[in-house]
Order: sequence, then structure tokens, then C-alpha cells
Amino acid sequence: MNFFASIRWRLQLWHGLLLFTVLCGFGIAVYQLENGRQARRLDEELQQRLPLLVESQHPVRPGEGQLRAFTISARNAALFDQGGDGSFYYVVWLHHSQTPVIYSTTAPPDVPLPQAGAPTVRQRGQLHEAFLFPGPNDCVLAGRSVAAETAGLRQLAWRLAGIGLAVLLLGLAMGAWLVARALRPIHEISVTAGKISTGDLTQRIPVENTGSELSRLAAVLNSTFARLDGAFAQQARFTADAAHELRTPVSVMLTHLQNGLASGCENPEHREAFEAGQRAAQRMRRLIESLLELARLDAGQESLQRNPLDLAETVADVLKLLLPLAAGQVITIKSDLAATPCRADGDRLTLVITNLVTNAIYHNHRGGEVWVSTRLAGGMAVLTVSDNGPGIGAEHLPHIFERFYRVDSVRTSGRGRTGLGLAITKAIVQAHVGTIEVASEAGCGTTFTVRLPE
Amino acid sequence: MRLLVVEDEPDLLAGLVSALRRQSYAVDAATDGEEGLYKAKCADYDAIVLDVMLPRLDGWELLARLRETKATPVLMLTARDRSADRVRGLDTGADDYLVKPFDNAELFARLRAIIRRSTRQTRSLLVIGEVQLDTAARTVTRAGQSVTLTAREYIVLEYLALHRGEVVTRTDLHEHLFDENGDTLSNVLDVHIFNLRKKLGQDFILTRRGHGYSIA
Repeated sequence: MNFFASIRWRLQLWHGLLLFTVLCGFGIAVYQLENGRQARRLDEELQQRLPLLVESQHPVRPGEGQLRAFTISARNAALFDQGGDGSFYYVVWLHHSQTPVIYSTTAPPDVPLPQAGAPTVRQRGQLHEAFLFPGPNDCVLAGRSVAAETAGLRQLAWRLAGIGLAVLLLGLAMGAWLVARALRPIHEISVTAGKISTGDLTQRIPVENTGSELSRLAAVLNSTFARLDGAFAQQARFTADAAHELRTPVSVMLTHLQNGLASGCENPEHREAFEAGQRAAQRMRRLIESLLELARLDAGQESLQRNPLDLAETVADVLKLLLPLAAGQVITIKSDLAATPCRADGDRLTLVITNLVTNAIYHNHRGGEVWVSTRLAGGMAVLTVSDNGPGIGAEHLPHIFERFYRVDSVRTSGRGRTGLGLAITKAIVQAHVGTIEVASEAGCGTTFTVRLPE
Repeated sequence: MRLLVVEDEPDLLAGLVSALRRQSYAVDAATDGEEGLYKAKCADYDAIVLDVMLPRLDGWELLARLRETKATPVLMLTARDRSADRVRGLDTGADDYLVKPFDNAELFARLRAIIRRSTRQTRSLLVIGEVQLDTAARTVTRAGQSVTLTAREYIVLEYLALHRGEVVTRTDLHEHLFDENGDTLSNVLDVHIFNLRKKLGQDFILTRRGHGYSIA
């Protein structure tokens, strides 16, 4: 089965892709939301701390606003020094003071002075900082490392990926189950249709009365099968009826022609006419029998009498009967018969062998050879009949099992050939659930291979 | 031997009657089931050739009703040859079964066989003393020498030979050897018997005064 042509796998693939996209989108959204939430909270905390820094500034000399000093109370300082990497820090620039830059102990080195007019929040690597300009040329800055948050987010991302993968696998498994469940009726339909195409027209798809799309399809197919069945039955019945209707007139002809011949007709012309008529009537009789046999096999009305038998013995019996015919055509029959047990209808199997071997004899050069072999191969009884005659043209090969198909367009009426022999042969083999194949090369001969279940 | 042919197709009936008459059988014909049953019940036929598909009364029904009173050998002719049909025909009491179309030769052989069986003979060659009767080839030899008989003489001999050891009345012979159309004078039979005795020996056919003839 082509992997990508299978509806099952295509559905699985699309389902997987869809699920993957949804999970990715969901995961990214969660990650972004969490990221934003943490950033906002940090910003809020930094913004809350900035006023403390502003309050901690005071003029060096009261009433004189030019020089300002910075003294932070111990309580406020505690807010900036929780210790550890995640601690808040502050940096204060007092342009007119003696100490233009004041750092908390936790502050990283070399914090650059923010540009005036820039957004009040900035990010430098793992550091998040908020600042304020309380007076001209004064700046307070509160910051904190976000390394902990980043690590937490990374952990969240891994967790989301893990959960996403689990959900994806669960979803794929459930999808597979759903697809299998949804496709099961289709499988049933194709199994039934397969049986019908091999000739069992009585098969129907089991329909559940749910009114689902598939049960409606099954109902439509069933009614189509019923009509097909009806048409086949009608055709088989027609062939049978036509053959039966022909039997009485052919009987009349045969009886009267044989009476005419028996009356000791002296005129050679009349005698020849009677004989020609009788030959034609006999030929019609064989045609009728062949048509009826085909109609019976088509309708499947007479079940085969399948008994265990040895294919090799049956072939040997047939060859014994056909030896005089072969000798008459100057044909040598060679056989290689290994004991080949199989279950088959003896009379019909005899007909199959007779048809194939007489075909090989008639469609051969004078002095030609016919090889017949039986063997067991792959649990099947195999019969091959080959000749080294002129072979069959490639354009004829697909048609030679058709009814009344003639390779030579000249309708040779002699030799008792009805044009139905191979059609009957194939019908019999198929009724045994076997196969028949033909291989031929122009000028090198033809090989028929029949395989019957052991 | 006297036969009844029941067949509704007039051409086939005519062909069968003429073919069987050429075989020296006395042949009566019926074209539908009721006529066939009536004739079959009225006369003692040696065999009946019965078509299955008949108007008014089909072959099965005719056979079933005939079997209530008579055991006449019946050969069924049919255009249907499913084995179920064949089984039904034989179960209903048919003695043999022939599928149309058939060769006349096969019909004759099967008729001879069912007639022979009905008289408990198993072989087609009847040996009576030094006389040998081949019912298949319709030839008679006496002490190895071929004896030429007319068709009528042959059928008289065959009838007597098939009923060997029984006394066959003149009425029996008339009924079995001449069909309903035959207007034969009673002394024709005497002529045949006379000729047979001349060819096969005076004591070959015995006369039972007041009863008929027999072959020992």
C-alpha cells in the first residue's frame, strides 16, 4: 500500500499536524502570557521602590535646593538588599552632590546613566531596571536581575513542551482509533465488493440502520449489487432458456436428417446435403451444450462436486484418450506428471484438461510437441500445458478467454470447435477458486498455467 | 415391439415415429399428455417415449398416473438436463432419460436396453439352442449360419424370444407388433410363423392350441 495514498495515513498525518499546530500556538501563548505577567509584576515592584529612593534625597542645607544628599533609612535599604542574586538594587545620580553616583551594595558595577526622555523601564541583559528623574540632572534607578525568572520560564517552556508532547501522542492514538473506527465500514464495503467482483453476487454489505453517510453509501451499493446480480441472473437465465428452446428444433433436424440418411438415399448429392445438414446440427448441439454449461457456471446454480483426487492421474487418463487425436495431427505429447492431490470436480477438471490439450494439439504445426506437467507449488496444484506451435499474437492474448473470440478471423467451423472452450475452461477454474494464465510468444508457442487450491 | 411416442412438437413426433418404424417397431403417437395417458393405459406397450414438456398434462404427471396401474418401461425425453430434473424423472419411475438433441442411434440403443431389462434379459445376445439372436444388430444366426429374415419376421421372433418360456397369445402378438394404424389380417401372423419355422426349424416355435405360441 502506498503510504501517502492511504486515506488512513493521510487522515492521521493531517490530524497530527493540526494537533501539533494547536498545541504549539497554545504553548507559545501560555509562555508569552507568563513572561508578560512576570515582567509587569517586576515593573510594578520597581516602580513602587522608586518613590522610596526619591524620598531618601534631601537638600544638604535645608532650604537650599541646589545640593542634595542621599540617606536611605535601614528599613528602606532592606527592600533593596535581600541578599542573593535575585536582590533588588538601586543606583542614584546626584549631579551636584559630592558623590554623584550612589550604589546599593547589591548593585552591579558600571550601571550607565539612563538617557533623559527614554522610556522609564529598560532591560540590560539579565538586568531589569526602572528609573526616574526627580530633579534636573538627578536620577534614581531601581533594578533587579531577572535570571531567576528566566530560568523559571525556561522550566515552564520545558514543562509545556512535555505536556504538549504527551497530549500530541494521546491525540494521535485516539485519532488512530477514531480513523480506524470510521474506516471500518469502508473496509467492510471493500471486502464485500471484492467478493462480488470475484463472482459471488449474492454478497451484501451489512447495513446498520443509523442513517450515517456510510450506511447510506452501503445501501446504495447494495441496491447496485442487487441490480447487478439481477442482470447477471437474467443473462444466465436467458442463455439457458435460449439453449433449451434451441434443443427441440435441433432434435427435429437431427432426427429427420438421420432418417434421411438411414433411408438409404442413393443420390450422392442428396446424401452429401443430408450429411452436411447433420454435421451442422451436431455442431449446433455442441454449441448448445457449451452455452448451457457456461450459463450454469455463471449462475452458480449447480454446485461443483468437489472430491479429493490426484490431478496427475486425471491428466494421464485424458492424455490416453487424446493420443489418437495427437497421432492424427502428427503431434508428440510429452508429460511430466508428479502426484498432485487437489479437491476438484472430476468431470469438469477432465473438461479443462481436454480443452487445453486439444487446443495445444490443433494450434500446432504438424510434427510439433505438446508438454503437459503437474506439480505442487505454493500450496496450489499447478497444471501447465505448452506447445511449440505458432503462438498467439500479443494483441489477442487479453481476449482469448472471451466467448466466441477467434484468434484467426476465419471462423473454422470444423474440428468441433465451438469458440467457447477456453471461456468454459476459465469459468470452471474460477468456480474452483483457481486461476488460469496464458503466456505466448509468436513463433515459439503458448503455455497455459492452471492453479487450483490444493 | 409396440411403442408409444408422446411428443407435442409435430415435426419431432413425425421424425421419431418414422425412425422407429424403420427399426421395425410398431409405433403409436400422441401429441399431448392426456391423449398419451389414455393410450398408455389402454394398450400394453413395450416401451413409451415420453417428452417432459407437454400441453394439458406434463410428462411428470403422466408418468406418476401411469405408474398407478402399469409398469411399462418409460424413456423420458427432455430439453432440461439439470441433475435435479434427472433425479426427479428417475424417482418418479422413468426407466431412462435422454436429453435433446440426441442421436437416433442412441435413442434406439436405450430403447432396446429398457425393453430388454423389462423382460429380465441382461444381454443383447439371445441364445436359444443353435439359434442366436443379436437384438442390437438385429441379426439371426442358426448354427453359425446367418439367416435372412424380413423385418416383420424378425420382430415376431424377437418378441417370442424375449418372452421365452411364456405362452404368447395371438392377441399379444397383434397388440405388440402392429400399431393402431395397422389393418393386418389375422392370417398374416400365421404366414410369419410358417416362414420362421421354415428358416429356423419346425420345432423352434411351438403351437399351444387355443392359447398361442412359445419358444422353449
